[in-house]
Amino acid sequence: MHSDQIPLIELQQVSKTFGKPSSDHAIQRVLQRLHLSRPKPVTHAVDRVDLRIHRGEVVGLVGESGCGKSTLGRMVAGLLPVSSGTASVDGKSLDSLSAEERHAMRLKVQMIFQDPSSSLNPRLRVDRIVGEGALLHGLTDKHGFDDYVSAQLQRAGLSPQLRHRYPHQFSGGQRQRIGIARALAVQPQLLVCDESVAALDVSIQAQILNLFMDLRDELGLTYLFISHDLGVVEHLCDRVVVMYLGRVVESASVDELFARANHPYTQALLAQIPRFDVRSTRYDAIKGEIPSPLNPPAGCHFHPRCPYATARCREEVPALREVSPNHLSACHLNDLS
Amino acid sequence: MSLPESPMAANPTLDVRNLCTSFYTRAGVLPAVRDVSLQVQPGRILGLVGESGSGKSVTGFSILGLVDAPGRISGGQILFKGQDLTRLSASQLRHLQGNRIAMIFQDPMMTLNPVLRVDTQMIEAVRAHRPLSKRDAREHASRTLALMGIASPEERLRAYPHQLSGGMRQRVAIAIALLHSPDLIIADEPTTALDVTIQAQILSEVQKLVREQGTSLIWITHDLSVVAGLADDVAVMYAGRIVEQGSVADVLDRPQHPYTQGLIDSLPSRNKRGQRLRQIPGMAPDLLSMPSGCAFAERCSRASALCGQEPEPREIAPGQTVRCFHPGAADAQ
Repeated sequence: MHSDQIPLIELQQVSKTFGKPSSDHAIQRVLQRLHLSRPKPVTHAVDRVDLRIHRGEVVGLVGESGCGKSTLGRMVAGLLPVSSGTASVDGKSLDSLSAEERHAMRLKVQMIFQDPSSSLNPRLRVDRIVGEGALLHGLTDKHGFDDYVSAQLQRAGLSPQLRHRYPHQFSGGQRQRIGIARALAVQPQLLVCDESVAALDVSIQAQILNLFMDLRDELGLTYLFISHDLGVVEHLCDRVVVMYLGRVVESASVDELFARANHPYTQALLAQIPRFDVRSTRYDAIKGEIPSPLNPPAGCHFHPRCPYATARCREEVPALREVSPNHLSACHLNDLS
Repeated sequence: MSLPESPMAANPTLDVRNLCTSFYTRAGVLPAVRDVSLQVQPGRILGLVGESGSGKSVTGFSILGLVDAPGRISGGQILFKGQDLTRLSASQLRHLQGNRIAMIFQDPMMTLNPVLRVDTQMIEAVRAHRPLSKRDAREHASRTLALMGIASPEERLRAYPHQLSGGMRQRVAIAIALLHSPDLIIADEPTTALDVTIQAQILSEVQKLVREQGTSLIWITHDLSVVAGLADDVAVMYAGRIVEQGSVADVLDRPQHPYTQGLIDSLPSRNKRGQRLRQIPGMAPDLLSMPSGCAFAERCSRASALCGQEPEPREIAPGQTVRCFHPGAADAQ
């Protein structure tokens, strides 16, 4: 769709591991041999992921807890360094930038978190929470500060008169709006929303989702929308990326994915969303749980839970391949047909 | 178990009449539950739906006698198989708690003791109400875990809660609730914190057990889609009151109260993709300074001068009750 443009964000073969492998000292090896010491565990939170986000796009990132979607979001937002692979913003690799350029680049991507009460400093008044970043980056000065903050609050749907209050004086939905105002205050191009409406009540959730859609129209914002709620993703996003245990298993436009899911995991996930218009459902669950990323299964990570798994799935990692235009899926079954 | 009968017939397992629970705080009296009446028949599932602060959890806690100071049941009756729970002594109530009436919490760590192994806790729970040997109790625990779809229950029994995943912990907590095949289970958002795949597994197990054992279940949730697929009846709460109740088919397909309609309309799946969601303006009132009359009036498009008074529940169709002066289908407006 946007193949001719430079993507706003591009991740190439990006991985994130937590925990360092223990040093390969002779003493360490002897100790391990004698079972006096164990190698330190390494978690592969994100495993060689490619992701492109084009300007103006809303990309949904879905998966179960522990699949690495938040880690990926944090790498996109620059909150976590990548362990390997390259991340580029506007076609420029972050590694090649000077410290100053990287500082400026940071502003382009802002993050909105799930829990507004733990992502706002309880001891600061709202005007400082919202305006501090903009002041630091020179987007406003001391004289214009009040007006600037008021404008941001208004844009997020809060009354500017509330700017001298503390976060605890607001309801959950209002706090989420403060988080949004803070992100908007540095004039970002991309918002990474990590489960940003998950903790809100249905009626408040609708208000915040509407705000996201309005902001997209007004400011031409791009979103990476991380959620486990497929209903919200279906409503809001243009494209969906499905992750399982650190890897992308499927990626397609929303219409395509919800109509013709290719990967068995996506199919199972879609089958299990409780649907409002379905009465007396007989839940027919996928078996088992997501395995530990400390010790992921070999081959296709999904094979222990997959009803169609073959011998090949247990050994060989399936590559992410196009199954129809702009629809990628990583499943060996596609080679059979 | 034969098909559940209509709500009119038979003796309900639970019959709550005009329940009021208030919290007497320093800032004033907070009426968390006001004049709530509901019934649950054997083998049926009631979905109790509402947003945060609507009083749905306090209703559940009140039934089980778990409301702590400064909260107090300030009126009404809770008839459990004809016996009024509000009049029982603490020790009489304790005979029922965990035995005939059980509770499942949102956070399984509220049920589980983090420093005891699962078997210790389950054996203790079995022997609290039944004179079994430790060995028999353990066997019973193991069988109940298997009933909840837990593979290798013997292994799980030897584990500490922190060694289990979130979904597994919740399953163990549910198994503990099921140990004595209670007549009534109150489940307070037990799957809200879980992934859809795990939620689906738990819903399927719970559904099966309720049908097979004829247990009555109250499923407290904010998620209308879960209620749609799971429950037989539904009660919608707003600011401490039940504003609409009836069968799932009636209430969810033909909602009459503007709040129920607003809730349903704000679901993303009920809106056209990419369009603005229909939203309920404003937010829930502060329970400490409640407006007189209908609590929803200030957010309601149908509000009139009449709404300054408190609407009484009215039966507008057989089995469907609405607390509103201006009930009606959404299209009529």
